[in-house]
This record gives sequence, C-alpha cells and structure tokens, in this order.
Amino acid sequence: MVSVVYEAPDSIDGAISLLANADVPAKVLAGGTDLIIQTNGSADVSRLFVDVKKIAGMLDANLSAEGLDLGPSMSCAEFTAREDIKKVFPGLVEAAYLIGSTQVQGRASIGGNLCNSSPAADTIPALLVNGAQCVIAGPGGERSVAAEDFMTGVGRNCMEKGELLKTIHLPTPAANTSDAYLRFIPRTEMDIAVAGAGVSLTLDDSGTCIAAKVAIGAVAPTALLVSAAADALIGTKLDDDALQAAADAASAASSPISDRRGTAGYRKQIVGVLVKRAAKIAATRAKGN
Amino acid sequence: MSEAQEFKYIGQRTVRPDGFDKVTGRAAYGADLTLPGMIWGKTLRSPHAHAKIRSIDISKAEAHPDVMAVATFKDFVTLQSESIAAGEGSADVLDLAKNCLADDKVLYHGHAIAAIAARTEQAAKDALSLIEVKYELLKPVMDVEDAMKEDAVVLHDDMFTAGYEEKPARASNIATRVEMKMGDVDAGFADADVIVEREFRTPTAHQGYIEPHACTVTYDEDGQSMIWCCTQGHFDVRTSTAKVLGMELSKLKVVASEIGGGFGGKTVIYQEPVALILSKKSGRPVKMVMDRDEVFIATGPTSAAKLKAKVGIKKDGTITAMQGWMAYEAGAFKGSPMMPGVMTMFTPYDCPNVLVEGFDVVVNKSKVAAYRAPGAPQAEYAAEMVINELAEKLGMDPIDLRLKNAAKEGTQTIYGPKLKKVGLVECLEAAKNSPHYQSALPEGQGRGLAAGFWFNVGGQSSVTVNMNTDGTGTIVEGSPDIGGSRASMQMMAAEVLQIEPKHLKPIIADTENLPYSQGTGGSRTTFATGMAVIEASEKVVAQVKERAAAVWNVTAEQVDYADGVVRNTAGEDSMTLAEVCKGAEKTGGQISGSANINARGAGPSFAVHICDVAVDQETGKVDVTRYTAIQDAGKAIHPGYVEGQLQGGAVQGIGWALNEEYIFNEDGVMENPGFLDYRIPLASDLPMIETIIVEVPNAFHPYGVRGVGESGIIPPLGAVGYAVGNAIDRKVEELPCSPPRVLALIQNG
Ligand SMILES: Cc1cc2nc3c(=O)[nH]c(=O)nc-3n(C[C@H](O)[C@H](O)[C@H](O)COP(=O)(O)OP(=O)(O)OC[C@H]3O[C@@H](n4cnc5c(N)ncnc54)[C@H](O)[C@@H]3O)c2cc1C
Repeated sequence: MVSVVYEAPDSIDGAISLLANADVPAKVLAGGTDLIIQTNGSADVSRLFVDVKKIAGMLDANLSAEGLDLGPSMSCAEFTAREDIKKVFPGLVEAAYLIGSTQVQGRASIGGNLCNSSPAADTIPALLVNGAQCVIAGPGGERSVAAEDFMTGVGRNCMEKGELLKTIHLPTPAANTSDAYLRFIPRTEMDIAVAGAGVSLTLDDSGTCIAAKVAIGAVAPTALLVSAAADALIGTKLDDDALQAAADAASAASSPISDRRGTAGYRKQIVGVLVKRAAKIAATRAKGN
Repeated sequence: MSEAQEFKYIGQRTVRPDGFDKVTGRAAYGADLTLPGMIWGKTLRSPHAHAKIRSIDISKAEAHPDVMAVATFKDFVTLQSESIAAGEGSADVLDLAKNCLADDKVLYHGHAIAAIAARTEQAAKDALSLIEVKYELLKPVMDVEDAMKEDAVVLHDDMFTAGYEEKPARASNIATRVEMKMGDVDAGFADADVIVEREFRTPTAHQGYIEPHACTVTYDEDGQSMIWCCTQGHFDVRTSTAKVLGMELSKLKVVASEIGGGFGGKTVIYQEPVALILSKKSGRPVKMVMDRDEVFIATGPTSAAKLKAKVGIKKDGTITAMQGWMAYEAGAFKGSPMMPGVMTMFTPYDCPNVLVEGFDVVVNKSKVAAYRAPGAPQAEYAAEMVINELAEKLGMDPIDLRLKNAAKEGTQTIYGPKLKKVGLVECLEAAKNSPHYQSALPEGQGRGLAAGFWFNVGGQSSVTVNMNTDGTGTIVEGSPDIGGSRASMQMMAAEVLQIEPKHLKPIIADTENLPYSQGTGGSRTTFATGMAVIEASEKVVAQVKERAAAVWNVTAEQVDYADGVVRNTAGEDSMTLAEVCKGAEKTGGQISGSANINARGAGPSFAVHICDVAVDQETGKVDVTRYTAIQDAGKAIHPGYVEGQLQGGAVQGIGWALNEEYIFNEDGVMENPGFLDYRIPLASDLPMIETIIVEVPNAFHPYGVRGVGESGIIPPLGAVGYAVGNAIDRKVEELPCSPPRVLALIQNG
C-alpha cells in the first residue's frame, strides 16, 4: 500500500533521525514550491516528507559583525523585507525577489532554492559571489561546505542520506564592497532564467576594483564561479574594455544547452551581457557604500 | 436608423449581471458540475506525431477493478464523410470523429486514441498505462514547406487537392487551392513606380484561454442525454455530437456553463462525444477535464503560415496592384482559415488589381480551430508590413498613404460585394489625431502602425423576452457570453422597454429552451442576438400597447409608449408597464415576445493600431512602451466592454508577435505545452493599452452596432513587427519577435 508520511520534528536531531532511518525516499520539505510540484500527481511510491520549518532557527536570519547567518527555510517574502540585509547584500536580496510571484514568495526559501540545485536557480550565483558557506548537519555531526562545492550536477548536491542544510553563512563583506544579480527572461516575471549573473566587487578609494567575484547561472550543469571574469575586473577602473573582457570570459566559461528557453549560442552571448551589466550595478552600489 | 440617435440606456457603463458571481467564485464553469454517482474520464494520447496504429489492446484496462468503461474509435457509429456547420466554419463529421478518437492513424503528438472512465480521477489516469497500443512510426510532416513537396509523406492517402479543374492524379497534403482575383495585376505592376515584395512567416499560436476544456455528461437508459460544458456554441456541440454518435437532437440536451475564455477555440467538440460513450457504457455520469498540456497539444491552435505579399505603388502614393500568396497549416485534418486569409489580406485598400492565391495544407500538428478573426492576422500582417515599407520608401506618412488608398463605401472587394458604409477613414483620422501618434517617438525606439479588417457575421439567433407580473423581465438568449454580452443584451432590451437595465435578467438558455442559435463567434452576438433581443422586446411593447388599448377601448395606434408608461393619446389614461403586466391575466394572458432571426447585414469593423517599442540591442528583448488601439464599433452599446475587446485583441496579437509559438522537437513532439514556456504576455509586460472607439453606425442594425470582438487581434502583428524593425533598422519577416530571433537580426542583418 502506497503511503505518504508527513513529519514535522522540532529539532535538528529529530529531523536527522527521521531522514537517516527512513526506508522510503525521504525529502526535507521547506516551502514546497519545488518539491510539491516535482511529486505532484504521482502517488505511485511511498514517501516521507520532513518539514523542517518547526525547528528553531530554520526561519531566522541574524546579521552580526561576523556576517549573515541565514536559516535556510526563511521565506523569500520575509527575507526580502529585511532592510538591514538588503543594505549589505542587495544582490542576494534582488535574486530572492525574482523567485516566482508574490504568492510563491510567501513560501519559497533560499535554502530550498539552493538544495533543489537547479542550474537556473536565481539565488545561487548571488550566494557564490558572497562566499556563502553551507552548514550541513547529519548523523556524523556538522560540516561546512563552500557554496561552489555544494552543487555536484543538475539537481544534485553533496548532501548524503540523513543530512540537511542547517544554516547558510555569508561573511561580512570588506569595506566598499557590493553585489548585484541579474537574470534574463523573455518576459518580466514568472519565468525561468535563460541566463543569470551575479557579481560582487570591492573598490578602493580611487574607484579601482581590488577584489571581485563573478558567478553565472543557467549556462552550465551548475552555477559557476568564473575566476577569469573576476580577474578581468580586478585592477581596473571597470572601463568598457575590462567589462567586455569579463563578459567574454564568462561566455567562454559557459557550456549551455539549447532548449525551449534559448539556444546555446544565444545563452553564451547573453550571459556575458549580464555580467557586464551586473558589474556596473555592483560598482555603483560599492561606491555608494 | 438615423445618424444621431438619442439613447436613454445605451452607451452607459453598467455593472455586468454576471459580475458578482465571477468575482466571488460562485460562477459555475465547465469543470464545476458534479453529479451523484459521477465517475472520471481520462484520455490516452499519442506520444508520436505520425504513426499507423497496428493494434489497440484495452483488455488489461478493462480488467482494472476501478475502470468502468473504455472508449475507442470503434464506438462511434459508422460515418460517411459529410460537411456540417462547426464553429466559425464547417467541418467534416468523419474528421471530427477521428480527431476525438484516432481511427487507424495518429496524426499529431497528443492525438486522442482511447479514453477510460474510472471511479476516481487518479484511477482513470493510472489505468491509461494499461492500454497497449502498437504503432508503426511514420515521418512527421511539420511545416507547409515539407508538406507541399512533390515527394512529401502524405497524411491522408484519400486526400486530393480541391480547386483544380481536374482531380489530381496523386494524393497530396494540399487540401485546397484557392485563387481570387480582380483586374489585371500585371498591368497594375507595370504602372507602378515602386514595388515591394517580401516573404513572411508566422508561428503556430494558441488561443490561450485560461479555462481548460471540461464537461460533465449523462446518458440514461432510454437514451436521454445531457452535456454540461464550456463552449461558445452549445447548439453546435449538440449538432456535432449527435452526428458522430447517430443521435436524434431531441435526445441530447446541451447546457453551456460559464466560460473562461474561448477566442474561437471553444467552438468544436473534443471530449464531449467520448464522455457520452463512456457514460452510456458505464451507466454513470462522467466528467472529463483536460490538463493544461492537453489543451496545448490537442486543441485549438491557429495556423502557422508562410506568406508572400507584393504591392506596387505610384510616386503619389496610389496603389496600382496587390498580389498575395499564402499557405496555411490546417493541422492534422483539412480546414485551415486560409480562405478568410485570402479574402481579408488586401481589403483595407481600394485597388482595382488584386490577385491572391491560397493553400490549405495538412501537417502533423493538432487540427487548428478558429482564433479571433481566423486567418486574417497572418495575411494582413504580410500586407501591412509591405504597405509600411512602401510608405517608408516614398517618404510618405503611413497614415496618409493608407488614407489615400483606404477602402470606403463602394470599394469593390476581392470576394464579391462592394463595401457598404465602413469606418476605416474615420479610424485612420482618429489615429492621426491621437495623442500617441502626435507624440514624438522617444530616442532609440521604433514605431509601427497597421490597419485590420474583419467581416463580422450575422446569422441565426433566437431570443424570448418573458415579462413578469411586476413589470420586470427575463431575456432568454442562446449565445454563450464570453465577453460581457449579457450586459449589452440587457441594455438593448432596456432601451426598447424603456425601463432600467437592472430590471431585466439575461440568461443563456440550454438547447431545449430555445430554437437553434449559432455560437458566439464571428463577432456576431451583440449584433445579431442583439437584433433578436430588440425585435423580441418590440413585440413585448406591441403587446403592452394592445392590452392597454383593449382596457381603454381604443386602437393600439392610439396608445403611446414612453419611459415605461403607456398613455392613451385619445384620452387622459395612463398605466405603467408594471400595471399592464400585473393585469395581463385579465387581458389575454402573460406577455412575452420572441424573435428567431437570421441576421443579415453585419457591418465590418476596421481597426488601426499604433505601437512603440524599445529593443535591447544586446539581448534582443522587445518592450512595448506605448500602444493605442482604434476601432470602429458602429455603436458601442457598453463602451467599457468594447474597450475590453479592443485591449484584449491587442494583447493577444502582441503576444503572438512577441513570444508565443509552439516549439517542436525533431520528432514532432511539442516541447512547451504550458504557460511557463508558451509565453503569453503578463500584465507587467505591457503598458496600459490606450483605446479610441470610433462610431460609424451600421445601417443594418437598429442601433448601429458592428461586432468588435475580432478585428483588434489583426493589426498587432504588423504594428509590432514593423515597430521592431524600425527600432533595429531591419526587416522583420518572421514572427514571433522573440529575443534570440531579434538579436540574430540585429547581428546578422
Ligand atoms: C510558479 C513558480 C515560479 C518559480 N520561479 C522561480 C524563479 O523565478 N527562480 C527560481 O530560482 N526558482 C523559481 N521557482 C522554484 C522554487 O520556487 C525555488 O527554487 C524556491 O526557492 C524553492 O524553495 P522551497 O522552500 O519552496 O523549496 P522546497 O520545494 O521545499 O525544497 C526544494 C528542494 O530542496 C530540498 N530542501 C529544502 N530545504 C532543505 C534543507 N534545509 N536541507 C536539505 N534539503 C532541503 C527539498 O528536499 C527539495 O528537494 C519557482 C517555482 C514556482 C512554483
């Protein structure tokens, strides 16, 4: 007999134990905006859903001198309303704001976006350029993995059976640093990125870029940090040549597929355009800081 | 009718009578009827675009404990090929049946093969996998180019091109060839100073109605049956369904639910006869509701088309010759709207030398259905693009060029009659004077303008107005209300009866309560059904006068009726309408008026649209920055709902021009059967569509009405297409203007 079991433990240990001991496919349930759609209509196999939203800390976000400790299941609606976070990580907030619609945002979480590990997930490039660390809890204790090492393929990540994402940690950015995220879709909303780009920049007093990170999304099996693109920006005043060199490096690093959302050739070009534009926005923001 | 009528109610913006039900969610749509003992039907659809069916084995499905019936093509009565009225055109009954359930061949990805009725929706879905179908795969034919080749794989080996004097020797994918002409185009082109000739392409596009096809049906022991469904024409559902099932019309009642959009696509049958077969076999009421992907793969789209347009013009702007060529995809069965394409292509222009050739071509896609001015948007897109290019070449304002050649009263059409009074010139002048056209085009943007022509139709409408004993009334009509027509019926009856619209309740009766009424399509309802409402209401007024005359012992001619009061012109007496109705039992029985008409004299509606776009030169993304739709309504009975039609048509056309298209893989499988990747415009994608209603009355309607439902979808293809080309300095010959296509144009020229 097929059965679908829903559990809502109130502790990390409770969740780990449910996940580790499950004898049917077990999934963490956050907002469910990916998960419920993925399992919709197939009552063919038994499943266990472990809702983690009752666990202390999963829905909180703490900004301190060390940086941001984000409860992975906080809804995007609550996250994007946090003016304090927006000041420090405007690019991550705008990435979260792009997900779905007002209705979807009431449920969707950044942790869910990350753990679903879609190549087109909007918050992942923004997490990458901010040096996010994923704190994973499991039967063997806790471990911390850099966001760029978290995803291992299309819809796959490094978490093992019994593990769950407990916190996303973003270190406090250096002075005169800011970020930006842009995606391209043919319409204005309710669409999946054809390409996406996140950029974080640090400027010195003369406006020279002294540190940079560039990440691209929807143009490879996972979102990627492109160090060649960052290198093209570092040491420059972000003049047109530098921006174009970064764009070209991003295009070169991409390996998109052709599908109903765009051809490979188109995506390669567009991702470069987005890198250029995101870099300009990040620079303007960094100057303002 | 006189040019300037004074109206008491017409022209107001009343609240629609169905408004409360719709905003509260009470309104009952196609999927909202549940009956005791009801079971669920689901459809098995072809995963292949083109294949012979070697065998269908339903035994395992029938053995499933929850399955109560299985239907296949064998369950239809033996049918002969026969043309019947269906939707906005005609259809072959045999094709209709073969589209509802495939016979020996599947002709498109999504083609229905069998249906199962089971105790639950899930059980019906699950049991579909128990049906075993053996296929012999054939090469899919996915566009007119392939389909028209000499050595093309042929979809129907019994189809020979009609339209040639001799029957062709070989079967072909070309169902029909048509040629219409007047004058001498060769002489006309010889007279021209400038000639532009271009080739165009438009994609397969769907009507995109939000409500999926749905029905609940019953079939009783004695053969009495009922279909509740969302449709634009329940009488036509009855005709088609009864035909494919060999039933008498009196045994089949069809009830039209509220409808969540149709745009022409809800004029044909898909699940209705199949559900009846399942109900007959199981002895239970059966509900069938399509999923969104089924709506995309198996219903409605309109024809993708390949077109050529060639126009010659003198230096002074006089058009000397117009020539067109078009091939329209019909989908799996013959019957694309190529013919109206041929007829409308150049009708906005008064030119003596015109030649248009058209081909109706079958391909391995779902059978096309009517879509708002079926066939016209594609053809007129090609024509309007070329007209704009000529204006540019001559350095002439595109409105002036059109005014110089505009069709008007007396203009000879290519399809026969001369035009009666029409409002194209008035629309062009309104466009020219509009704030939009008067405004400077913002730096870097592009502007496009296009005209559109649609015939509009009249046809059969049956209406009864029943008066109640308190002087209020019910308007019983047979035209499903897709766009607010009940409000217009109310106002027209109110105008005749001289009482407030709110005292008259309009209802859409089922097929047993009225004689045949044609469906809502062809922009006919406010015109034709409105005429029947007016006539029926006039009969009520005549009776009211007779009754009063009898009471006062005068002749009916001596009785005057105004403002809801009858007055004796030969004396002092007067009575209110309510008093006459209250006394009706003593003066000869209750009062009602009926009109079953076949309305003639539908007035064409011309439209002119202006579009500004900004194009992102690095991504190819197009933003419509300003848009104005101007259209002749004849008389706008309810201006708010007329504006709604203008805006809705414009938005659908903009979507078609910008991003909407079916994407097929190399096996002919549709890859974007959902609203995520079939991109209709979102509210946030577009500016408010500005509207200007022009009123050039149609002399054949008592209040001057022309239909307004369709013309508005015609100009956007040319207006957007030209605006994009204008912004990037390129010729846009293929729609949609999706970002990758526009970027390629920018980069490769
Ligand atoms: C209409 C619509 C529009 C959308 N638009 C966008 C868009 O624009 N951009 C975009 O990127 N996405 C979009 N999405 C996808 C989705 O909303 C996002 O990916 C969202 O962030 C997922 O969050 P969630 O909390 O709902 O995740 P869930 O669906 O609850 O979970 C997603 C996956 O992550 C796992 N998971 C969740 N939390 C944890 C955890 N703490 N530890 C371990 N595993 C975990 C789940 O088991 C599941 O596999 C859209 C979805 C819909 C329905």
